[in-house]
Amino acid sequence: MRRRNRDVGRSRLSWRDLASEAIAGLLARPSRTALTILGTVLGITALVATLGIARTAGSQIVGQFDLLQATSVTVENRTEGFFGSGRQISRIPWDAEARLTRLNGVVAAGTITRVDTEGALVRSVPINDPLGQSEFAIDVYAVSPGLFEAVGARLTTGRFFDAGHDERRDPVAVLGPAAARRLDITRVDQQPAIFVGDTTLVVVGILDDVRREPVLLDAVIVPNGTARSLFRLQAPAKVAIRTELGAARLIGEQAPIALEPNDPASLRVIVPPEPRAVQEAVESDVNTLFLVLGAVALLVGAIGIANVTLVSVLERVGEIGLRRAVGAARRHIAAQFLAESAAMGLIGGIVGASAGVLVVVGVAAAQQWTPVLDLRVPLLAPAAGAVVGLVAGLYPSWRAASLEPVEALRSGM
Amino acid sequence: MSPIVELDGVRRTFPGPPPVEAVRDATLRVDEGDYVAVVGPSGSGKSTLLSIIGCLDRPTGGRYTLTGVDVAELSDGELAALRGRRIGFVFQAFHLLQHRTALENVEIGMLYNGTSRRERRELARAALERVGLAHRLDFPPTKLSGGEQQRVAIARAIAPRPSLLLCDEPTGNLDSKTSASILELFDELQADGLTLMVVTHDPDVSRHARRIVEIVDGVLSEAA
Repeated sequence: MRRRNRDVGRSRLSWRDLASEAIAGLLARPSRTALTILGTVLGITALVATLGIARTAGSQIVGQFDLLQATSVTVENRTEGFFGSGRQISRIPWDAEARLTRLNGVVAAGTITRVDTEGALVRSVPINDPLGQSEFAIDVYAVSPGLFEAVGARLTTGRFFDAGHDERRDPVAVLGPAAARRLDITRVDQQPAIFVGDTTLVVVGILDDVRREPVLLDAVIVPNGTARSLFRLQAPAKVAIRTELGAARLIGEQAPIALEPNDPASLRVIVPPEPRAVQEAVESDVNTLFLVLGAVALLVGAIGIANVTLVSVLERVGEIGLRRAVGAARRHIAAQFLAESAAMGLIGGIVGASAGVLVVVGVAAAQQWTPVLDLRVPLLAPAAGAVVGLVAGLYPSWRAASLEPVEALRSGM
Repeated sequence: MSPIVELDGVRRTFPGPPPVEAVRDATLRVDEGDYVAVVGPSGSGKSTLLSIIGCLDRPTGGRYTLTGVDVAELSDGELAALRGRRIGFVFQAFHLLQHRTALENVEIGMLYNGTSRRERRELARAALERVGLAHRLDFPPTKLSGGEQQRVAIARAIAPRPSLLLCDEPTGNLDSKTSASILELFDELQADGLTLMVVTHDPDVSRHARRIVEIVDGVLSEAA
């Protein structure tokens, strides 16, 4: 039976000595070491830059996240043919507003339709002005009362028309601020009248601003019922819906069913892009391609380290024999070559992480983006490099450790 | 005198086919302070005998005790530790690391035997002074002459204060004048109390030894 012989003891190699031997081994052939590390540098750079740029671009989209846009859904009639020039194949019902406000998650909804006035000009004085200086080509829009809230409209003066005006087909109008300025109307307390062709409308309010549908800013806005009776409006063209935050996609699915249960697909729904979905899409698009490239570069780097370490073992057979003769155990030989390959990987990882961060910052600067990088990426990259080096060194160091000292010494130096 | 090396019927057979008996039934005792030359024609088993005595190889038969320790009882790792503490090697090819200074080369001789960094540095410096290279501490081997390189190698071997200095054709790569100075150094080291075994086929070398052991076809015999 073998027992530990007290007179003999064990060979030792401190971590510090191992580190300095490994560094000395690498510095013995500095240019070869540098070239070997290059592969790992490229791989780690590609990985860090990919992750950083993907995250930076993704954050850019999050930065553009807009509360208004995220809660806006629009439903339009689909038309045949290209560019919306063809015949309408569906018809939004007149009670669209009532149908939609019943849906859970809808804050406000209303129809908006451009009224064909057959070229009638709008004026604020009843007389025919032969010079035409008081007549203007102003668009007329028919809306349902809920639209004002759906588009976030605010008034400077007066009031919005309501469902009562709509039902009674009252000849009332709300003016956009630009239209009001052109018509020289600033107050509504005297119930000023405007004339669209020969039709008289009473102005009940003037808008200050809208957050959607900016066409309303320079328009005469009348209730749907009024437009049907005075201008023979056939059908609403579009519905604007404001939803609760986060309900946009759901409403986008439900709205066409509520409006056209027989053929929901005939309506065109415009929903805001899901910010997270966009971010993930960008990240995954950028990621998959470049992560694969980075991984390939890293693999090539690992093969490079393995190759050079193996060559180094074969070149240093004499040194291995000498170290064994002066007391190194097999594990010390293995440890030395593993330490050298791991150090190459580690250095490659550090240099690669730095270069990768520079690439991210450079790209972000060029695009005037804010560079965003998960802190774990540059911190883990050197570790990843070290692991690559360690794995690459496994086979060469096993070869080095399994050399017989007698054979190794005989081969010379 | 206590024995440093005791060979008792040691055999080393390399498995065939056909099996080769490199060392047959060798019996030898080397005492502390001895200076033994092992001579013989090439292929006679000198190197194999040296490998066994140097604990680089194990005998396939018989019993070998180094400073009272039976090597058959030792594991691979313990054998390495025994080499690191008890034996100093001097090779024909010097085996110096080309990219390290003379001082660092000597320190490597104590890297694995538990000597502290500081002690290594002191012992290495002392050993280089002992072989007459105090002025060459920071020189890499490439800037040293052959004789100086072999002196660095000798310093590396003696720095850990081994029980036995094993030299394999130590003057094989040196001219006769340099050889003479190395042999003088061996004489001095022996005078200091070091035990030496030198494998050689050079009669100039063996003439310096106190005892001459001849090996022919693996059979060991002591010359009168």
